[in-house]
Amino acid sequence: MIDPIVPGSGGNPLLIVLLLVPVVGALVMYPLRRNTSAAKAVAMATALLEFVLVVVAWSLYSIPAAEAGTRFQLEFSLPWIPAFGTHLAFGVDGIALAMIALTAFLVPGLMLFAWAEKLPEGRSAAGYFALLLATEATLVGVFAATDVFLFYVFFEAMLVPMYFLIGRFGGPKRQYAAVKFFLYSLLGGLIMLASLIGLYVTSAEQLGRGTFTWAELQSIAAGVPTSTQIWLFLGFFIAFAIKAPLVPFHTWLPDAGAEAPIVGAVLLVGVLDKVGTFGFLRYLLPLFPQASQVMAPLVLVLAVAGIIYAALLAVGQTDMGRFVAYTSVAHFGFIALGVFAFSSQAFAGATLYMVNHGLSTGMLFVMVGVLISRGGSRLIADYGGVAKLAPVMAGCLLLAGMSSLALPGTNSFVSEFLVLLGSFPNEPVFTIIATIGIIFAALYVLWFYQRTMQGPVRGSAVIAALERGGAGGPGSMIDPVVAAERKGTGFPDLTGREIGVLAPLIVAIVVLGFYPAPVLDLINPSVTATMAELGLPDPVPAGGIVR
Amino acid sequence: MTTTSLAQAPVLIEMPPIDWAASAPLWIVFTGACVSVLLEAFLPRHQRWPVQVLATGLTLVAALVALAGYALSGPGPVLTFGTALAVDGPSLFLWGTLIVLAIPSLLLLADRSVEPGGVFVASAAERAAARNGGGGSGPGGPPEHVDRSYGAPDETPTMQTEPFPFVLFALGGMMAFVAANDLLTMFIALEVLSLPLYLLCGLARRRRLLSQEAAVKYFLLGAFASAFFLYGIALVYGYAGSVSLREISEAAAGTLASDTLLFAGLALLLVGLLFKGSVAPFHTWTPDVYQGAPTPVTAFMAACTKVAAFGAIARVLHVAFGSTVWEWRGVLWVVAVVSMVVGAVLGLTQTDVKRMIAYSSIAHAGFLMLGAMALTPDGIAGLMFYLVAYGFTTVAVFGVISLVRGPDGEAGHLSQWAGLAKRSPLVAGIMTFLLLALAGIPLTSGFTAKFAVFSAALADGMAPLVVIALVASAVAAFFYLRVVVLMYFSEPAEDGPTVVVPGAFTTVAITLGTLATLVLGILPTPVLDWAASGTFAG
Repeated sequence: MIDPIVPGSGGNPLLIVLLLVPVVGALVMYPLRRNTSAAKAVAMATALLEFVLVVVAWSLYSIPAAEAGTRFQLEFSLPWIPAFGTHLAFGVDGIALAMIALTAFLVPGLMLFAWAEKLPEGRSAAGYFALLLATEATLVGVFAATDVFLFYVFFEAMLVPMYFLIGRFGGPKRQYAAVKFFLYSLLGGLIMLASLIGLYVTSAEQLGRGTFTWAELQSIAAGVPTSTQIWLFLGFFIAFAIKAPLVPFHTWLPDAGAEAPIVGAVLLVGVLDKVGTFGFLRYLLPLFPQASQVMAPLVLVLAVAGIIYAALLAVGQTDMGRFVAYTSVAHFGFIALGVFAFSSQAFAGATLYMVNHGLSTGMLFVMVGVLISRGGSRLIADYGGVAKLAPVMAGCLLLAGMSSLALPGTNSFVSEFLVLLGSFPNEPVFTIIATIGIIFAALYVLWFYQRTMQGPVRGSAVIAALERGGAGGPGSMIDPVVAAERKGTGFPDLTGREIGVLAPLIVAIVVLGFYPAPVLDLINPSVTATMAELGLPDPVPAGGIVR
Repeated sequence: MTTTSLAQAPVLIEMPPIDWAASAPLWIVFTGACVSVLLEAFLPRHQRWPVQVLATGLTLVAALVALAGYALSGPGPVLTFGTALAVDGPSLFLWGTLIVLAIPSLLLLADRSVEPGGVFVASAAERAAARNGGGGSGPGGPPEHVDRSYGAPDETPTMQTEPFPFVLFALGGMMAFVAANDLLTMFIALEVLSLPLYLLCGLARRRRLLSQEAAVKYFLLGAFASAFFLYGIALVYGYAGSVSLREISEAAAGTLASDTLLFAGLALLLVGLLFKGSVAPFHTWTPDVYQGAPTPVTAFMAACTKVAAFGAIARVLHVAFGSTVWEWRGVLWVVAVVSMVVGAVLGLTQTDVKRMIAYSSIAHAGFLMLGAMALTPDGIAGLMFYLVAYGFTTVAVFGVISLVRGPDGEAGHLSQWAGLAKRSPLVAGIMTFLLLALAGIPLTSGFTAKFAVFSAALADGMAPLVVIALVASAVAAFFYLRVVVLMYFSEPAEDGPTVVVPGAFTTVAITLGTLATLVLGILPTPVLDWAASGTFAG
């Protein structure tokens, strides 16, 4: 066991470096804004450097120490605003490190995907990449903060780059989507601020001095009266439920997911929204243990309702971006179910789900982006029979879809199974209802695949693309044989660059499907610790069944 | 002494003892104001602008040096000028705030590059010349009028220089206002700070009618507010037999007499004070005056008047009415809620950027009321920190507003701000940052300030108000965001406004305000510590 550091005494600067590298990279974009290729190269180099540093952090993270009871590692702490008792305090547990690793893993691929993207008029690629790096920095900060005030600062600050990413580089209704995203999140954040201040005042009553240090707040958590805890819980919960998003706080996500540029959507849905579920595990359960138990039925109802409701809505979507967004709302329901089922196995499943959902939704969004880059339309109905023209593309979309519906052999199966298995002992009814959601998942994924990829070549976007490529005359149907012969003329299959973007995702999806142990080993000590902080008996210990 | 018979002539009024070191900033500013008036009278016209800028600047620097010298010597609270002025921790902090905020305001005021010749109307003689000769205010004017205009014939036209002494008098009045230890001194200070402001509002070079309307409106409503304030003093005097804040508190705590006079008096006093702080429902002048006044004057009013008004409100509530807090707090809760809601909701409907900032200031006044009502050391410290933070951000916002200009002066209408980021990314970036600070996003001073005030209010039992304040913040964020949306996401209009490249003065003022907004957001500790270092004496 490594002793926790004294707040304000310095420590290992690696996490600060992880935070600053993308910040510096984003700032360098400004002088390079006229030189697009140099800006892209620098941004990519920064993202790769960040990835290497995260690998270093992972290798330095000691799993035996975590099992021995060290809550955070790689800690760093300096006093910030003594009058408020805040520190610039960073540190990671296995859960936070997994999320940071996911972020750093996704960003270089997203940059490669955005490399040749056609931007709206008057927007520079340097600005685009700078916003991606700024988002990455705020995400590292929000996961690594061990001071609740600092967490809040990053929680709000990460809205700003994402807001500009959606509003400046998004689709036709981007202004509306960006403002809706910002206002929803800001409202949640401000309600959370009320609770944050309340937490500070409560800590001042309990300790004699206000503090924001997570470990100190956790140590007094059990002594706070349940009624106070419930108020504070609600403030944090609303912010996290908007971020995650749970039904009925989800209505901003389909707009934002559909209108954001693809890379923004991947970061938004894949990582940024996970801050909500991460907040459930890191802040709600340990800091308000009694309130979490009291409020759990409410959260479980919202979670399970989200699984079913969002899955049904996903079936009916016509826009591909909104389709993926609704599937994500359903998946967030599973994560919330795992968190509020109160067993460390379900926690492990939920945490793994956060990582896996980032990978599978990321791939799904990238595939949607590829389709849109070919056909120019976002509507499902404008595509059909693509598999005949671009079989590799169809295969990749199928894999992304299978991962999304948690087919055994893909990464998501392990996490979904763990969630359901871990939730069943405590919450059999909710678990059984949630299982029905899996059937809907198969429905929406397969029907989406069938409409866009299978059957004869059809759909206005596909036909128009083929005509632009000189393939066929007017007409809504093209002979499959002719189309196959003319493959590549108007509707080319995946390019080398796109394969480069997808390959790491495919490898991760398949490897984690068969061998999730590296991630599970990383997160298991932390979820066990969370269970202990909650103070409930653990019906199913983490790692008891799946190792 | 004063009760002796009138027949006993001559009555000697003795000079009260004066602590010159403690009150140095105050008398330096007033002396500077008087010198400035004399300069205005005796200097030839073309020398006035440079000399006045230099003299005013030196006055502010001297006052700041005197204040720093005195404050760093670690003094205890001092009552001086008899017991009329209390030079205690909050007084020193607020004096420092006022002087420091006056510097960027003065720089904006003195700038002649953004609006050629300055924002103020030319002299009467020059305007007469312009009417008679169709020009006369510069190189193009007929030669017979050239000698009547400001400046040498080959120079750009210049402005009236009376604003400089006005600003110093107003500043001196504000400083006396926040330090006044009895209600009569406070009333006189109120008048000293108000009269120059009324005049300044009417002096805009462009849109003369709007400017004069603003001045008249401000003057009439301000006169009413002053009358209310005076009547309140009379009622409180009737109750307590004294105008001293300390003795009012003692009288309120120590008697069983009916409280009617006391609270009627407090209500009327507060009408006057809340009017100055533009707290709803006494806010109706704010949008018109902010819009009509020359932008640098608006900046000065928005930043410094707010500081002065809330400094005085806090002092009256803490010192004179601290013992009766449970009687009046309920009423002020309502006032704070009304102010937050009016500011946030009506701000949504505004189409003029200055009016929008005016409504934002009304919402901020509601937030400030939370700090003023929290009668704890944390409450004072939070309030004062909020005032510094808000002041700097506001000055910089008005500095930026003065840069965005159409063919006939500032581009007030929001639609003219569309696509500004394309034309001038730096200005749009700074404005975005400042608006985020007003919205209270972390890493800006606005967030730190909100946190300081709201945590003090929550600790003092105002949890429902804090929640309402945060919801109001979210609503208000929408109209700040609307400007950001316009600047970044909309396409610029064909004949849109241009962004003037500012001269050194405006550049320095905006830079100062922006840097302060950033630094107070990231490293607020020194200022927070100073704000927490003392409480009201008296």
